[in-house]
Amino acid sequence: MRLAYYPGCTLKTKARNLEEPAIASLEALGFELEEIPRWNCCGAVHSLADDDLIHQVAPVRNLIRVKEQGKDAVVTLCSFCFNTLKRANLLMKDDAEKRDTLNSFMDEEIDYSGEVRVLHLLEVLRDEIGWEALAQEVKFPLRNLKLAPYYGCTLLRPREVAIDSVENPTILREFLKALGATPVEFPESTRCCGSYQIVSSPDSISGYAWDILSSALSHGAEALVLTCPLCDYDLGQGQKELVKRHNGFKGMPLFYFTQLLALALGLDPQVCHFELNHGSPESLLRENGLLP
Amino acid sequence: MSAKKKDKSSAETMVKKEREVSKAKLIPVHIMGKRYDVPEGLTLMKAMEYAGYKFIRGCGCRGGTCGACGTVYRKPGDYRLQVALACQKTIEPDMHITQIPFFPANRAHYEFADLTSAPEEVFKLYPELFRCVACNACTKACPQGIEVMDAVSALKQGNITVAAQIGFECIQCGLCTSRCFGELVQYHMFQLARRIYGARITPRAEHLIEMTKAIDEGRFDNTLEKLRHMSEEELKELYRKREEEPVTAGEDWRPKDKTYL
Ligand code: SF4
Ligand code: SF4
Ligand code: SF4
Ligand code: SF4
Ligand code: FES
Repeated sequence: MRLAYYPGCTLKTKARNLEEPAIASLEALGFELEEIPRWNCCGAVHSLADDDLIHQVAPVRNLIRVKEQGKDAVVTLCSFCFNTLKRANLLMKDDAEKRDTLNSFMDEEIDYSGEVRVLHLLEVLRDEIGWEALAQEVKFPLRNLKLAPYYGCTLLRPREVAIDSVENPTILREFLKALGATPVEFPESTRCCGSYQIVSSPDSISGYAWDILSSALSHGAEALVLTCPLCDYDLGQGQKELVKRHNGFKGMPLFYFTQLLALALGLDPQVCHFELNHGSPESLLRENGLLP
Repeated sequence: MSAKKKDKSSAETMVKKEREVSKAKLIPVHIMGKRYDVPEGLTLMKAMEYAGYKFIRGCGCRGGTCGACGTVYRKPGDYRLQVALACQKTIEPDMHITQIPFFPANRAHYEFADLTSAPEEVFKLYPELFRCVACNACTKACPQGIEVMDAVSALKQGNITVAAQIGFECIQCGLCTSRCFGELVQYHMFQLARRIYGARITPRAEHLIEMTKAIDEGRFDNTLEKLRHMSEEELKELYRKREEEPVTAGEDWRPKDKTYL
């Protein structure tokens, strides 16, 4: 089965460790991620200003590319892209006035009114493959790995775009169970990592990061599971400083969910690009016999 | 043809052309808001000259390759802004035209020898790249028909190769830059991309390296020496008798006489 795929800029540069294991895993599962042609950056944030239509142009243009391909759904891996595209899509579906303005602004493109469905890869795994079927494809169960699912904001908020229950999401837990890992629930799993505030107030971000990491740790997690390059940045880049500041904290490995998928499916660990991860996830995997 | 004769005949064609122009139907065009009646069939550039403008800038090759004559125009009843190279586009009745021969754009300073092929080189030198909102105004403004926005997107995605390839035919007219919502300087970025692509990404041509080495080692010294001592007549004879490559020759065509290969 071929799926229209929107990668996003970050996955082509900093977050190849999110993209490459996903492409390889889906191929192993019999799916082909077909990158949409001529895509542009989605803009990365959904603009909340009511009259700021120019920032809807970028995501909508990508949805138009999907429609042009004759596809009715597009898959994303980065949860930020997911959020931006899906919210722009809702706007085109529900707000006739803004839709008209945007369509007439993009007079060189075909008209668009929200026909494409925007999906996150986790939804495809849940709805197209199913957890049981996925579990059967697992060659190297991630036994003994205690992993805390971290959703952040963009997969679940606002409610209209959530891929799961906003209050009690289970999708990452079920995913980890299918891979044979031990999911560790912790109260901060849906708390905001601070997002782009890292640019203007790095200090408060390191406070958020500590709350999230220390909570996961105290609930028994050995690592955190992410879906977003920005979460990865916010929770990863300041860890050295946190190690210095907090006695006994040795740092916590961060994984993209796609890396774990590829490992469990028995793919060459090279596709995971662990060298791009913050900290050293490889030693944890070696301790558990998951890497040579 | 002797020089004199040539002069005379080209003067004649000029006179003839001018007569044709003077016989041609006059059509109205608006240059910077003022109406002029000019003979139909002229290019925008000629029309401006006919109206009395003298180009000391904003005109170079007159052949559509130098990028000096970017021009914007509108036609009655159409809200779209159109673009053209003044030396290439023929006037149409009631066009409103204005040349934008130059548009300020800062070119980043860099020591090329220090640059690698990493996408971050472009990000660092042109951080405004990330102000692009995908409005596509740049693509609409390109008289070369380049998908300017796609090349900008490629740069953002870290793909210098694709950016260089899409932007290959950019003639640096600056019209895209004049229209950019994000105040990017596309043509300078594309130039940087082409430079990095050419020098750091495309593979070195092995056969060229081999050949220059062979030349350095004196492979052609004798042949050149022989040519150097030939008389003018001998050289001419050699030239006349040369084996020409047929127009339809394929890539693997080789001359019969391989002395000079
Ligand atoms: S959200 Fe992030 S990775 Fe996704 S396209 Fe937009 S900037 Fe790029
Ligand atoms: S689209 Fe034009 S009119 Fe609207 S805000 Fe932008 S510049 Fe002004
Ligand atoms: S890309 Fe820009 S500068 Fe280059 S030819 Fe097109 S409009 Fe002119
Ligand atoms: S005109 Fe500027 S902002 Fe608009 S798409 Fe082109 S580069 Fe991006
Ligand atoms: S004068 Fe050179 S492109 Fe028109």
